[in-house]
Amino acid sequence: MVPVSWYLVLSAVLFALGAAGFLFKRNIITIFMSIELMLNAVNLSFVAFAYYWRHIGGHIFVFFVIVVAAAEAAVGLAIIITVFRNRETLNADDLEEMKF
Amino acid sequence: MQLILFLIFALLAVGSAVNLLWQRHPISSALSLIGVMGSLAVLYLLLGAEFIAAIQVIVYAGAIMVLFVFVIMLLNAGEEERTRRSLFARFLGLPLFVLLLAQIVYVVYKPSAGDLPVQFGGFIGGAREIGRALFRDYLLPFEVTSVLILVAIVGAVVLARSER
Repeated sequence: MVPVSWYLVLSAVLFALGAAGFLFKRNIITIFMSIELMLNAVNLSFVAFAYYWRHIGGHIFVFFVIVVAAAEAAVGLAIIITVFRNRETLNADDLEEMKF
Repeated sequence: MQLILFLIFALLAVGSAVNLLWQRHPISSALSLIGVMGSLAVLYLLLGAEFIAAIQVIVYAGAIMVLFVFVIMLLNAGEEERTRRSLFARFLGLPLFVLLLAQIVYVVYKPSAGDLPVQFGGFIGGAREIGRALFRDYLLPFEVTSVLILVAIVGAVVLARSER
């Protein structure tokens, strides 16, 4: 039998990997994918806690997270397309005019 | 049986996530992310979240990742170039990563003091239960998400439109 806490630890590992990718990667599309990885890790936590408390609310929350992730992906990729059209680069290091 | 399934798909998820970081080409990273999502769908099934597992495959792996791959191909994104690496990242990156991991594990581990073993079928979140909760208790948030989706569609169209 697998304890619920193993699922929580797996979710923590995935979240930390997503956060590391968000900081390490240089391509903005890959950075965006790291955000999706973090969202997935949090969803796993929600489902594990829903099992633990025998409460359907965790599943509902995951449903809403997926909806918001879909909206976020649509808008974010549109922003990436606009950035690429204006700057001809996908490297996050080259987009630095808002840096102090 | 459940232990074997959990181990296989947990290792697959972590391996795919590491591969996402390792690969330099965005297409390889996107395919690794699809691997993570597929293995997470199996873990959702083990936890009794049938509806969420189906949604995960259809919406996440099916729709969102197709959008990602489509944009990668549209922009013809190549391998990311290595940039000058900062000393800070080289020497403190891995220790800080381990620190973050230890902190999150500590925080999420604490509430599960009873450590309930997961039995398949112990709690089922099928379409009926989800639908009942969604259209009774969570009706207003559900309707508000439709507005959110509408705003996202308009925003994406406005942003991606070519200026004349």
